[in-house]
Amino acid sequence: MNLTREITYAEALNEALREEMRRDENVIVFGEDVAVIGGAYRVTKGLLEEFGPQRVFDTPISEAAIVGLAVGAALMGLRPVAEIMYIDFLTISIDQLVTHAAKARFMSGGQVKLPLVVRTQYSLGRVHASQHSQFLAPWFLNVPGLKVVLPSTPYDAKGLLKSSIRDDDPVLFIESGVLYSTKGHVPVDEYLIPLGKADVKRAGDDVTIVALSRTVIEALKAADKLLEKGIKAEVIDLRTINPMDWDTILNSVRKTNRLVVVDDGHKTGSISAEISARVSEEAFDSLEAPIIRVNSPDIPVPSSLQLEKAFMVDAEKIIKAVIKIV
Amino acid sequence: MSNVIIVEETPATEYRTLALSREEFIDIYKKMLEIRRFEERVEKLFLVEGELIGPCHLYLGQEAIAVGVMKALRDDDIIISTYRGHGHALARGVPMEKLMGELYGKEIGTCKGLGGSMHSAMCVEKNIMFATAIVGSGIPIAAGIGLALKYRSSDNIVACFFGDGAATTGAFHEGINIAAILQLPVLFICENNQYAYSLPFTKSFAGKNIAAFASGYGLRSYLVYGNDVISVYKVAKEAAELVRENRSPVFIECRTYRQRGHGVYDRALYRPREEVEEWLKNDPIMKFSKKLIDSGLLSQKELEDIDLEVRERVEKAVEESRKAPVLDFEELNKYLYASR
Repeated sequence: MNLTREITYAEALNEALREEMRRDENVIVFGEDVAVIGGAYRVTKGLLEEFGPQRVFDTPISEAAIVGLAVGAALMGLRPVAEIMYIDFLTISIDQLVTHAAKARFMSGGQVKLPLVVRTQYSLGRVHASQHSQFLAPWFLNVPGLKVVLPSTPYDAKGLLKSSIRDDDPVLFIESGVLYSTKGHVPVDEYLIPLGKADVKRAGDDVTIVALSRTVIEALKAADKLLEKGIKAEVIDLRTINPMDWDTILNSVRKTNRLVVVDDGHKTGSISAEISARVSEEAFDSLEAPIIRVNSPDIPVPSSLQLEKAFMVDAEKIIKAVIKIV
Repeated sequence: MSNVIIVEETPATEYRTLALSREEFIDIYKKMLEIRRFEERVEKLFLVEGELIGPCHLYLGQEAIAVGVMKALRDDDIIISTYRGHGHALARGVPMEKLMGELYGKEIGTCKGLGGSMHSAMCVEKNIMFATAIVGSGIPIAAGIGLALKYRSSDNIVACFFGDGAATTGAFHEGINIAAILQLPVLFICENNQYAYSLPFTKSFAGKNIAAFASGYGLRSYLVYGNDVISVYKVAKEAAELVRENRSPVFIECRTYRQRGHGVYDRALYRPREEVEEWLKNDPIMKFSKKLIDSGLLSQKELEDIDLEVRERVEKAVEESRKAPVLDFEELNKYLYASR
């Protein structure tokens, strides 16, 4: 028990896939370049060798058909894990994901279930320019019927992916491209992390910082520096945005009375915007300062290294926001 | 183009040479008439009584296709239907009151009133796994069903219905290509009813026929006269057996005609009158009943008796639907997720 070792975020995801495929033969993996080369980012490395071409296969560049395949296979009781190489390409399959996968159960009066996972990643922070760096997660906040998961650490990535595969509903699993090579401790023994539970990554009394995916790392860096100034920040990692763990957010705000919300989306219509609104509605009396959002500006992602850095949320921007209200 | 297998109308003289019993002919006729009378009644419920509202896409004029294809399949084969799906559902044997109940938005409906007309064909107990209302979207989903059937080494196949409008979508090309690449047991049935809403086929599709397109992806492809239920049945039977044996996709384009507008409120005045009249002269039910009489399989009186019985059943479905309750709004949440 409690034995851990250090592995990368990509390796943790690979372990999750491998373990679930061993456990349940209904789990199959497909997408562009996932089989022979093991994925553009090697998350599916070695799966073809272990599980064979019936369970792990490459598809043509047909994003609508990839997610459509997943919908059909899931309707028949398989547990497909489809990969869309970049979340930007998901816009081509959005009909299948939003209008089919997320609706089929409800509009059929509960006749079917769709236990599918669409794995994808956003590459903000890797100078990929405007068409390969979008953070489209907030779009999917407005889709009842679709669960949305965004892990920030290797530990979370593994436990959440395993739960997503076992879940009976469609799950959009959004990885962060810049995190693939980051390392963290992951237990040797099997574990699961439930969907819909946020994680308090750092406890504190002075201010609540809510973040997700890559921005959790920045929020933790910010919390370290704030501590040097005597400010104890509580950092909440959302882990999933649907279901959203409102209890954890609201309880923290009731304790700290101050809230900074951080995510990689453009400020307008962001996940942070939704959280700000909900906290204002439900915990207005607890707030001693305005809620501050830390987001990307409302322009597409620039590609030069320096400009992209200026565009992105970082620890410095989070610190500035906290200092404004503490 | 030369690879497309063309199948014309089947003459009455051939009827007695087919491996179909008299009972089977009666059943085919009855199913076609069920669709006809159901749709005519639905049209009145929308336009005369004003009792039904919302989108509704009638199957009038296309009855031969749903009935011919379903007859060629096994009951445990899977169906992917569309928003013009009442005909598919009735041909598959979905109870009329469940279908009508869905149009009324009632709890007795196939989808408990949560789907409405456009999704009313969705009926898992009859193996109709989806009825999509986005043109072309069912094609990749059918490929996914085929993937699961192949993965499980099932000897079932999936039949995917769509119209000529679907042939110009990306999903059509992505879905058919992937089904061919992965060698999936899918029978594609294109009901070319000549119109994508108001756009005639000649202005919507650059090729001469859709079957040739599928043939370009390496699929065996048929172009069949879709107003003849027996021709459709014969082609679908041969095609379904090929899909079942070879575990690879086959394509059928059925040439037919949408006798009404795109939706029930559309008067379709954009169609040339001569064209409409010509197709009405070739109405699939009129054609079939005449051949049944000509071949001596059924008498005029027997056909009339069937009609009376069908009309009564439609009326009963309307009555039941009127009386049925609507789901409790507070309960809707429980239909959203399978796990919580």
